[in-house]
Amino acid sequence: MSAASPSARASTNDAHVEYVLRFGDSALVLAQRLSAWVAHAPIMEEDVAVANVALDLFGAARMWLTYAGELEGAGRDEDRLAFHRDAREFRNVLLVERPNGDFGQTIARGFLYDVWAVLALGELARSGDPRIAEIAAKARKESAYHLRRSREWVLRLGDGTPLSHERMRAGIEALWRYTGELFLGDAVDAAMLERGIGFDPAALREPWLAEVRATLEEATLEVPADGWMQRGGKQGAHTEDLSYLLAEMQVLPRANPEAVW
Amino acid sequence: MVVAHPTPAMIRGWLDDVLDPELPVLSIADLGVLRDVRIGADASVTVALTPTYSGCPALAAMARDVTQTLQAHGVAEVRIETQLAPAWTTDWISARGRARLREFGIEPPARDADAGLAYGPVVGEIVRCPRCRSGSTRELSHFGSTACKALYRCERCGEPFDYVKPH
Repeated sequence: MSAASPSARASTNDAHVEYVLRFGDSALVLAQRLSAWVAHAPIMEEDVAVANVALDLFGAARMWLTYAGELEGAGRDEDRLAFHRDAREFRNVLLVERPNGDFGQTIARGFLYDVWAVLALGELARSGDPRIAEIAAKARKESAYHLRRSREWVLRLGDGTPLSHERMRAGIEALWRYTGELFLGDAVDAAMLERGIGFDPAALREPWLAEVRATLEEATLEVPADGWMQRGGKQGAHTEDLSYLLAEMQVLPRANPEAVW
Repeated sequence: MVVAHPTPAMIRGWLDDVLDPELPVLSIADLGVLRDVRIGADASVTVALTPTYSGCPALAAMARDVTQTLQAHGVAEVRIETQLAPAWTTDWISARGRARLREFGIEPPARDADAGLAYGPVVGEIVRCPRCRSGSTRELSHFGSTACKALYRCERCGEPFDYVKPH
């Protein structure tokens, strides 16, 4: 039994819960964003694709949130966490809550996230926490498929018509300032790294940038210059766009809190 | 038929009737979803299942079917365990499962799952039409009606078909 005080035990557990929530919330918010494209995608094959990608992400989110609830030990299951937390309690990276915009912006968001996700899940598959490792190992295989699709679209749109090129360029440009957060570690990351559970986010920046650069160049697109990077999603400081997303996602369960299905 | 003290082998035999609701020619054993059957000291039966894709909605249905099937055979207490590791792979689809898929008009994976996660075209992966066996096929969409399938078209006989992606 640990000799740590109750508050010390609570805080190490808190960091663990926070950490798992971050990956779950990022998957959940991105899945919810993608769902809005269903029945509205530019071509039928993309409608099917976006639904499949969203389904994979919802599945991963379920596993992450379920585990976070178990770690927390306060009786919250995946549904309680997904539908009854306010925006300030969400721990997703800001990148995934950005609006869909046009197809180019959606693809840009997907591509920038997918490159990171495959790297991050690869690290997590080696976590000292066996539950994190097994969730990540499964999710990583699926994220590799997502990356295949998003990368192909970046190439097709970037190296496409003047219109598709411009929209792809604008999408990458608009989202670049949200990519910095992916590589910004905080006390939670440091605590998890020390416990052999997590990884150093900064270590992924080089491989991420190398892969993004290679694809953008092949797509005849430029890598945007680094400027100010937005941050705060992992700590619960979100843009107002998340509130609208959650309002729509949560309205039904919140109106019927005792409902089961 | 109610059996007082079933063996794991008997239970596995009963579970041969539990089919994948989306691919109703495959049993959960054929699919590699059934991972373990254990009988407890209290005669409870624990069945370990693994999800195929993270979001696959069929797992819940299969778990319910397992419980109902075993209860129908007189097992009082059935526990379903979800096993995430090792991650499910199409390499676990049985030879019988592959044959049944093809008879049903769905082409099984043409190669072993790629642990290297290459996301370009894979050399040597020739997807044959399940009907006419021609290798002249074209991928229409890397995604299909379920998470595990892609949509192809045979250029020889003209028919579209589903392909189970190596995963």
